[in-house]
Amino acid sequence: MADPTAASTVDPHGGHPADPSKRDMLELMATAGAAILGAAIVWPLVSSMNPAKDVLALSSVEVDLTPIQAGQGIVVSWQGKPIFVRHRTPEEIKSAKDVKPSELGDPQTDAARVKAGHDQWLVLVGICTHLGCIPLGNKPADVRGEFGGYFCPCHGSQYDTSGRIRKGPAPTNLAVPPYAFESDSKIKIG
Amino acid sequence: MAGLHKSDFANPVINWVDSRLPIFTMMQKEYGVFPTPKNFNYFWNFGALAMVCLMIMMLTGIFLAMYYQPNADLAFGSVQHIMRDVNYGWLMRYVHQNGASMFFIVTYIHIFRGLYYGSYKAPRELLWMLGVIILILMMATAFMGYVLPWGQMSYWGATVITNLFSAFPVVGKYIVTLLWGGFSVDQPTLNRFFALHYLLPFVLVGVIFLHVAALHIVGSNNPLGIDVKSPQDTVPFHPYYTIKDSVGVCVFLMIWAAFVCFMPNFLGDANNFIPANPLQTPADIVPEWYFLPYYAILRSVPNKLLGVCMMFGSLLVLFILPWLDTSRVRSARFRPIYRVVIWLWVISFVVLGICGAHKPEGIWVILSRVATLYYFAHFLVILPILGKIERPLPLPESISNPVVARSGAIAALVAIVFGLAAMQPARAEMAEPKMPEQKWSFDGVFGTVDMASAQRGFKVYSEVCAACHGMKFLHYRDLAGIGLSPEQIKGIAAAVTVPQGLNDAGEPKEGQGTPANQFRSPFQNDLAARAGNNGALPPDLSLIVNAREHGADYIYALMVGFGDAPKDFKMQDGMSFNMYFPGHQIAMPQPLHDGQVTFIDGSPSNIAQQAKDVVTFLYWASNPEETERKALGVRVVLYLGFMACLTYALKRKVWAAIH
Repeated sequence: MADPTAASTVDPHGGHPADPSKRDMLELMATAGAAILGAAIVWPLVSSMNPAKDVLALSSVEVDLTPIQAGQGIVVSWQGKPIFVRHRTPEEIKSAKDVKPSELGDPQTDAARVKAGHDQWLVLVGICTHLGCIPLGNKPADVRGEFGGYFCPCHGSQYDTSGRIRKGPAPTNLAVPPYAFESDSKIKIG
Repeated sequence: MAGLHKSDFANPVINWVDSRLPIFTMMQKEYGVFPTPKNFNYFWNFGALAMVCLMIMMLTGIFLAMYYQPNADLAFGSVQHIMRDVNYGWLMRYVHQNGASMFFIVTYIHIFRGLYYGSYKAPRELLWMLGVIILILMMATAFMGYVLPWGQMSYWGATVITNLFSAFPVVGKYIVTLLWGGFSVDQPTLNRFFALHYLLPFVLVGVIFLHVAALHIVGSNNPLGIDVKSPQDTVPFHPYYTIKDSVGVCVFLMIWAAFVCFMPNFLGDANNFIPANPLQTPADIVPEWYFLPYYAILRSVPNKLLGVCMMFGSLLVLFILPWLDTSRVRSARFRPIYRVVIWLWVISFVVLGICGAHKPEGIWVILSRVATLYYFAHFLVILPILGKIERPLPLPESISNPVVARSGAIAALVAIVFGLAAMQPARAEMAEPKMPEQKWSFDGVFGTVDMASAQRGFKVYSEVCAACHGMKFLHYRDLAGIGLSPEQIKGIAAAVTVPQGLNDAGEPKEGQGTPANQFRSPFQNDLAARAGNNGALPPDLSLIVNAREHGADYIYALMVGFGDAPKDFKMQDGMSFNMYFPGHQIAMPQPLHDGQVTFIDGSPSNIAQQAKDVVTFLYWASNPEETERKALGVRVVLYLGFMACLTYALKRKVWAAIH
């Protein structure tokens, strides 16, 4: 073997008596192994920021529809979000149905946004698809915009009586949450 | 000097940054080519290990703080929320909890390294003193962290430690009130301890930076304790010590992971699974193992103020150690007498630890006094004199020309670890009639909870225990963990009426339960529970197995231990005799009877079977993550074992030219 102290003064990667290819291989494996280890430490930490089991298990909400008069709407909370439940008047239903989907920014028929046979009930996630404000219009006294549906006070997005975007910066229609009719006068959201 | 730094890096981006802010040059200088004595043994790993500890503790701590609630009413429950509901919450929490112990063992060995090889002597006095500050900050951080789960040990630990300050005359009681923010340990105390527990690690980072900066000025000591004489005595830090440290890190993480995954509560205390109760001190109150030696010093002195002063003094004396030790020779290898007395000091420290774990009675008092005396005599008497009278062995000329063979550093290390481990088993040696040890499905490294047994146990709980005992940290959805189907769980939940907040008129509303609901408690509150049970509070069973010493065996013994009292045993009214209950009188009447529960799978319904099943269920309820935890543990330990071998092979290759 050469002078054993030489290695300390020269480039540590060069001039080794041991098989260099074997060392390179080990180095590569150790680096890869350390990278995997790092990822394995970071993954659970980042994952912990996702909703916990209790949030995921948030129970569904039942809504009694009997007290809601035609033209009126109520707000219930589901998963921390406001859900608009609106009892539409026949005129509102008609105006919603009369629009051709091709005229819309986010084409969708009214029938696709309500449950068959329950045309008068519009159930929406009351969050503007622009930047998350809660639009006005669920109460009859609210500003409802040009299309008689909803009007977002933040940036002026206007929705029609089916909750579809008609004017303003919002890109899509108001979302419809998963729900089902338990009876004619009761829905279960979630 | 103004203008750009002249950077030698070829990469244009790195060069651009480095010319303006030479961090790459600095890293290269301090961790790349930094000349390091070439004769380090594995004791020189422990500084790096401590650094790894701090980083992992800070990382897990930050994410735990996202869910933890520093509120006296919510803290205990929020820890259970982390353990049961948060993704990988149990992993972060157990890593953090066991991490405190890992951090201390590593730091203690690091300090021992400094003592043995004389690293505190000139020119490293300030480096050493910064280290003592780090130790004290670590202790404060660990103590306040231990308070946060707000269990019984948290609460009473906080009470006892803060009361230490009451020993000081005149100002003592004002200091204590200031620390508490009230007249007892309470909400304000918990809230500020949380704030400080989050803050102190960042202070630690600052002091550690100074510690490392000082190290890079004066350079590392080495096992021979002689100065570096020429470049031939050193190797560049990278790759020689980066790879050697990596070997240590892999082995260390493997040990840590084994604790977390296979015995996460081995170093903890069962009492801390009981929520804090300001009206009752636990029968056995012991600090965490890493404080036991200091606790023993405190108790060895019969005078309150003197005891407190001795305890603080045992740390403060380290500050002046560089001047107490009058010998100019650093390494114990060349100090024949010091080499003996330093081990005697280690033994006195370990003995103090063992004494701290026992009640201060009989032999333990004498032993702890002798050990305390030696602890101080070592620093204040032996070291100053020894330097004058000891005849050191001849020192080698240089690191490259050592005259002495390597000492058994690893053997010494093993000895310390076992010595510290010996502190642990002390705890409670009560159990008068010996409890029969049962075989459990969940025993051992690979054992998992027997689902069929746990399901039968759930039936026993529902039909018998649930009449008096709640399990408020469980939700019906959790029952998927013992193998119940979503339909079964829905059915079980639907059969229960649960409170559902307020109705439109603002009155309390009840309705059918859903899987998301907590287990319904049999009583509205603790007062109602006491009123219905002869004044005794039936404890919540969510954590009962973890909250008792020898949990599963103890509860099984309790279930089968009912019987008639011996003739000469005086029973109080309304109490039942139980062989295994401390004091033998228990307010709970015999709960299990032959044939009381009908098992669908046809298992015999005798007391022994019911007890076995219900304990299995309760064990699962206390440790719902167990199966996942052990499975993860096997994989992690194997992977880290592989990494340790790999880095060791690489280390041998890297060092081939030197050895």
